[in-house]
Amino acid sequence: MSEFLDLLRQYDVAHAFWVNLQLTFWGGLLALGIGTVLAVMRISPLTSLRWAGATYVNLVRNTPLTVIMVFLVLAVWTQLGVTLSGDFTSNFFNFAVAGLGVYHAAFVCESIRSGVNTVPVGQAEAARAIGLPFLAAARIIVLPQAFRGAVAPLGNTLIALLKNSTVAAAASVAESSGTMKTLIEFHPDYRWQVFVTFAIGFVVLVIPIGLATTWLSRRLAVTR
Amino acid sequence: MTAGAAVLFDEPGPRGRRAMLASNVLGAVVVAGIAVWVVLTLVAKGQFDSGLWRAATDARAWQYYYLPGLRNTLQAAAVATVGAVVFGIVFGMGRLSSVRVVRWLSSVIVEFLRAVPVLLMMVFLNALFGVSLRGIVPDSAYAAVVVALVLYNGAVIAELVRSGVGSLPRGQAEAGFSLGLTRGQTLRSIQLPQALVAMLPAVVSQLVVVLKDSALGQLIGYRELLRTAQILSSGGGNPLQTLFVAAALFIVLNVVLSFVAGRLARRLSSRTSGSPHPGTGIGPAPAVTAPAAPEV
Repeated sequence: MSEFLDLLRQYDVAHAFWVNLQLTFWGGLLALGIGTVLAVMRISPLTSLRWAGATYVNLVRNTPLTVIMVFLVLAVWTQLGVTLSGDFTSNFFNFAVAGLGVYHAAFVCESIRSGVNTVPVGQAEAARAIGLPFLAAARIIVLPQAFRGAVAPLGNTLIALLKNSTVAAAASVAESSGTMKTLIEFHPDYRWQVFVTFAIGFVVLVIPIGLATTWLSRRLAVTR
Repeated sequence: MTAGAAVLFDEPGPRGRRAMLASNVLGAVVVAGIAVWVVLTLVAKGQFDSGLWRAATDARAWQYYYLPGLRNTLQAAAVATVGAVVFGIVFGMGRLSSVRVVRWLSSVIVEFLRAVPVLLMMVFLNALFGVSLRGIVPDSAYAAVVVALVLYNGAVIAELVRSGVGSLPRGQAEAGFSLGLTRGQTLRSIQLPQALVAMLPAVVSQLVVVLKDSALGQLIGYRELLRTAQILSSGGGNPLQTLFVAAALFIVLNVVLSFVAGRLARRLSSRTSGSPHPGTGIGPAPAVTAPAAPEV
């Protein structure tokens, strides 16, 4: 047992999980930014913006994340020579964050849209009645309520993002799935223990997010 | 606010319509400008060299790379979907069982499988099948992809079964009890059939998730579409072009599946007292759709 714990220390499993959390944080921030813009585009009066938002969501949502990651590293970096950082390691990290952000933005957009659907029509009508133009009505009246109604689907997207941060292995980021692969390859005797350790690590991270978002969505739900 | 946008802004008058037309034209110009800029950048980098595209789209590429890759992707996804539906129905019923131990055990297994990343399962199963079960499992990467997809998506479908039964009107179960059926009989012959019809669109949407996740097989060396496209590109030095083709194939397949899911949801609503809705394409589908806004 102590030998196994030494192994976990030697391969710095805690740091591997920390990388996943960092990927999740920055990727989530990027996804929230792009996703909110997309959601506003999709409910805007301008046909061209609605169309552009819908096209983005439908294209990205139907592309495997692995394809996006491999594309960023092989095509954008190797073939086109685009770099996101001078440092080798943080370059891969930034590409992985970009991939995670671009991919999950589509799901953030759909979550916010489902939140918009929980806002009663009367709210938007009231906003128009007092003369607010579209952007002001969206910013002051509709979106604040929509975000509160979108906490649960946004939480699901965050959980998916945390789990999908393992796909950053496709962009050569040293995170938990890569560490687990190495550990299993070099210490096959421990493969059950290794898998259970990593799996429980994710369970421990995912379940609090689920509980927190359920609690938050109840607490923040607009009483009507 | 289900009608979406229309209530968020007033019907534009003549001036508003002119402004919108102008903005639409401006938007189109901006999008076209970005497209032209991307194309020009690619041209400047020699990416529209006909040789690169020809190597990525000629008969040889399709015959030896894309089509075998696509076949492997579809095969893994199809087998995994069948397995996931069986797994989901078994464990979904387990979670609804009247025996506490069965209910508890099913819940723990389902929640565990939903929380663990599919990639971790694939990596572990690949090692397990490749070493411990060598000789029994002929293709460890293929088996790992299929089993990992069955476990994860089966757990999601188990949730769909449970929430599908839960969202049926109470009168359905009460009608069963009043006929003298036991709890198990009511579940099997009244609730489950309706729940299965109601969850069919979400299962079709889950197929999109299965197809997308099958691309994770690339990371453990399963020769699916992404992998073969990548192998093809390593010979021709054209990953941009080959990955473009592979992504286009994935997108077309998934858009068709999403469309079918949406159509199914509309067509099946008369066949069940549940509420069929397509899934979200990420993680589990919402148990119940957001409560309809009260009409003012």
